[in-house]
Amino acid sequence: MTLVSGWGRFPVVDSEVLRPRSFEAVGAAVAQVTGSVARGNGRAYGDAAIGVSRTIAMTGFDRVRSFDRATGRIRLEAGVLLSDLIDTFGPRGFLPFVVPGTRFVSVGGAIAADVHGKNHHGEGGFGRYVDSILLRTGAGETIEVSRVQHPDAFFATVGGMGLTGVILEATLRLRSVETGWIRERVISASDLDAAMRALEASVSATYSVAWIDCVARGRDLGRSLIYLGEHARTDELAEGAARFPAGKNPGLGVPIDLPSMTLNRYSIRAFNELYYRMGARRAGGDHVVSLYPYFFPLDSISDWNRIYGRRGFLQHQCVIPEAGARAVLGDILDRVARRGDASFLAVLKKLGHGDGLLSFPLPGYTLALDFPVKGDILNFLDEIDRLVVAAGGRLYLAKDARQSRATFEAGYPALSRFNAIRKSLDPAGNIRSRLSQRLFDEV
Amino acid sequence: MTSRKTVLVLGGSSDIGRAAARAFAKAGYDVGVAGRDAAALEPDAADLRARYNIEARTWTFDVLDTASFDGFVAGLPVLPDVVVSIIGLLGVQPSAESDLAHATAIMRSNYEGPSLILGLFAEKFLGRGNGTIVGVSSVAGDRGRASNYVYGSAKAGFSAFLSGLRARASRGGVHVVTVKPGFVRTKMTEGMKLIGPLTVDAPVVGDAILAAVAKKTDVVYISGKWRLVMLIIKTLPEAVFKKLKF
Repeated sequence: MTLVSGWGRFPVVDSEVLRPRSFEAVGAAVAQVTGSVARGNGRAYGDAAIGVSRTIAMTGFDRVRSFDRATGRIRLEAGVLLSDLIDTFGPRGFLPFVVPGTRFVSVGGAIAADVHGKNHHGEGGFGRYVDSILLRTGAGETIEVSRVQHPDAFFATVGGMGLTGVILEATLRLRSVETGWIRERVISASDLDAAMRALEASVSATYSVAWIDCVARGRDLGRSLIYLGEHARTDELAEGAARFPAGKNPGLGVPIDLPSMTLNRYSIRAFNELYYRMGARRAGGDHVVSLYPYFFPLDSISDWNRIYGRRGFLQHQCVIPEAGARAVLGDILDRVARRGDASFLAVLKKLGHGDGLLSFPLPGYTLALDFPVKGDILNFLDEIDRLVVAAGGRLYLAKDARQSRATFEAGYPALSRFNAIRKSLDPAGNIRSRLSQRLFDEV
Repeated sequence: MTSRKTVLVLGGSSDIGRAAARAFAKAGYDVGVAGRDAAALEPDAADLRARYNIEARTWTFDVLDTASFDGFVAGLPVLPDVVVSIIGLLGVQPSAESDLAHATAIMRSNYEGPSLILGLFAEKFLGRGNGTIVGVSSVAGDRGRASNYVYGSAKAGFSAFLSGLRARASRGGVHVVTVKPGFVRTKMTEGMKLIGPLTVDAPVVGDAILAAVAKKTDVVYISGKWRLVMLIIKTLPEAVFKKLKF
């Protein structure tokens, strides 16, 4: 057995990690035991990609099967990372339609979590650009699922957290781009109302996201920098700039677990103050930035999860339906600011409809916050969850390590339909993760 | 047939072989990948074609079947610009100590086969007046150690072969690169205890091989740390060395 954890390094649990080299071996790995689940690049924060007894590592399956330049359609194995896709096909003028905040996720993981990016409000999630999926079910069948063929299984697999079976391959559509640069505009917003107004006013922007200074209190509560982006055309690049920027692998790293006191209310306050002022100075006109820092600001620091120390951290990402969002978000931010230990990563973003049965997005606002694991944080997050549930919101399973069944069931009304489809694909319940054990499975 | 350069990777199904094939394809080479089971290599060839818009094809090649080598080289439609041998067999040292067949397989897979096939390519390259030979040997060949001397001695022989070939071929316009990876996370080393700071992923080795060909490097240690580690290991007096358990 091996100690396994997600990106948040909480919880850490025992699971047997297998690294099969063929799809047959994947099938055997699933069939031999009860309670296995696939794992991509391990960027889910909590317990989603940890098998109850066995974890099936999929990153060895990293082949592209075919690519059609005319349509941008690509067939690939599930372990291909988005970073690999971007580095390989970006210079040829193609990018994934949807990228989350890190490029170091696998295609299989991106489908299973139906990840969203800064364009979700207009263009939807990762699953919207998936044409079909080769799935190895818990019952031992290997089936191709799409919107036409086994549509129930398709919409349960998109956002299904790997619980419908092991995603082996997928066919995606890539976006044709002229360059690998983004024309960025920064807007500074002095409080939460201004931030939400700015996001609302920029729904026609392809990309939009707000960074919130969640230390700011009182009349500064919710002060933000909003980053809008459009794909830059060739004629918008600086003279002599390469059409596609170099994607540097992370250089600077966090080699050790920092003492958990490194991030305290004073260091975070100082960081946020500086970050806000520097950003506010850039606000105004458009400028062209590489896609790498625009989409993946934290990827340049490898192992940044270690700055929260040995005990790990929790990310709390909720979405609140549009109608009640202002009041609830204000309440959450106020409680967080009064606690004083969150988080130099606080992100506010407008979302649209989700596609999968268990996809996280719904029309409204999503707020993501990081907290180190210490003190009474679990109780505090339970309080926040009550506000989320009361407002008709839900939590993102790919980030979750601790929500209660009640919170989960309240947030995902399609759950019973999902469970029925899952049961038909896996009657014996072979596919089980720590997350499913915590939230889905009969006890 | 294209105007691009071509590389032939022997041992194309290994993790380092796949990484090397990708590195060369990314740099614009047409790629041949050779292994015991050509059909099993086809998904890798398709991957290279889809990613890099180059030509890639597969060949059947068995390093223990030395009688087939002449025919294999003669059967290639074009003599490659670069040939890379990743072939090797780690084996199990304790078994090799008493099982002569296993020891023989280790010796032949790491020394005899790779040396003979690269020697054959060197003759063809010298006839043409250019070409690059890359042999992936091992730091294990730098000094025979108690824990892996069957493998190590075969790699030592291979390193010596490459060294001599380099000296001879350099006068004829042909360059020979010796690559000595330390610990690499691959199928071969899965389950072994590797020392983190001394261990790299296969793509690092693939990129290093490509860079060594471009820069005409003679001997490549993938990490500078290994050069130092092996220097220390090589300089220990035998009286001390023989007491070490590793």
